[in-house]
Amino acid sequence: MKFAVIVFPGSNCDIDCFKAVEDTVGQSVDYVFHTATDLSAYDAILVPGGFSYGDYLRCGAIAQFAPVMTEVRKAAEAGKFILGICNGFQILTEAGLLPGALIRNNSLKFRCHQVNLVVENTSTAFTNAYAQGETIEIPIAHGEGSYYVDDATLATLKANNQIVFRYAGENPNGSVDNIAGVSNEAGNVVGMMPHPERAIAEILGSSDGARMFTSVLNAWRERNGAASIS
Amino acid sequence: MKAKVYVTIKENVLDPQGNAVQGALHTLGFSEVGQVRIGKYLEVELDTNDRAQAEERLKVMCEKLLANTVVEDYRFELEG
Repeated sequence: MKFAVIVFPGSNCDIDCFKAVEDTVGQSVDYVFHTATDLSAYDAILVPGGFSYGDYLRCGAIAQFAPVMTEVRKAAEAGKFILGICNGFQILTEAGLLPGALIRNNSLKFRCHQVNLVVENTSTAFTNAYAQGETIEIPIAHGEGSYYVDDATLATLKANNQIVFRYAGENPNGSVDNIAGVSNEAGNVVGMMPHPERAIAEILGSSDGARMFTSVLNAWRERNGAASIS
Repeated sequence: MKAKVYVTIKENVLDPQGNAVQGALHTLGFSEVGQVRIGKYLEVELDTNDRAQAEERLKVMCEKLLANTVVEDYRFELEG
């Protein structure tokens, strides 16, 4: 299985994502620059956190038009596995690959600490290794992570089981319905504000994020057959 | 031709920056201040004299990039 980590000007969690793949599933992983025009070699695409294009205008607003995003759209339509983390989540919503928008935290503070998440949906490509309703510990680090959708879209998300993670206990940013992560309707594209790549070993404070990476390998093996592992 | 573009947070979306500024104005004694909303103001120079075409193009610019219509409204004025 081959992973791509997209690198935009201003990405700063790209190395963490790269290392997380190496350390959790030991699969092939490449950095892919924002100017790339071919992602056909990759099975999973990670859109990392950071401040793409300086977050000028809005978080993710400019990154959505980078050449590589045309390929990310194609990959999403082809059913490939795509995970957007933090700024990556903002980019995927701006690109229309995920519903909603991320706005400034209601506290106006940059929140950077561990949070507890409830795994609401274990049917996505990135969450099949968790138990339904399980509480996991993953860090957040964002100033604009308040997830917003209108009431009609929220009802659709619930009806389609697209809410993947909710904050347990305190809602750190004012997100609608305590939502921390969502998927597209097909479940192959997931976006979340917390950083699973920063929670892959106990020495980091938690290893609960590791199963997001083992999940996607599971999903890939299920799709391709265990015999064809390369 | 110059365009002035205003991007504002939708009425039904919380504006924490506006609320903080409202609180600060109250603290300074400006008790007459009701709601405060913060938005963005952009000046865009356009290389055209065709007003109708400029309006059409600006609408596309706003919808595509300048505003996120999930959470923001926009309006613009043309000068010249």
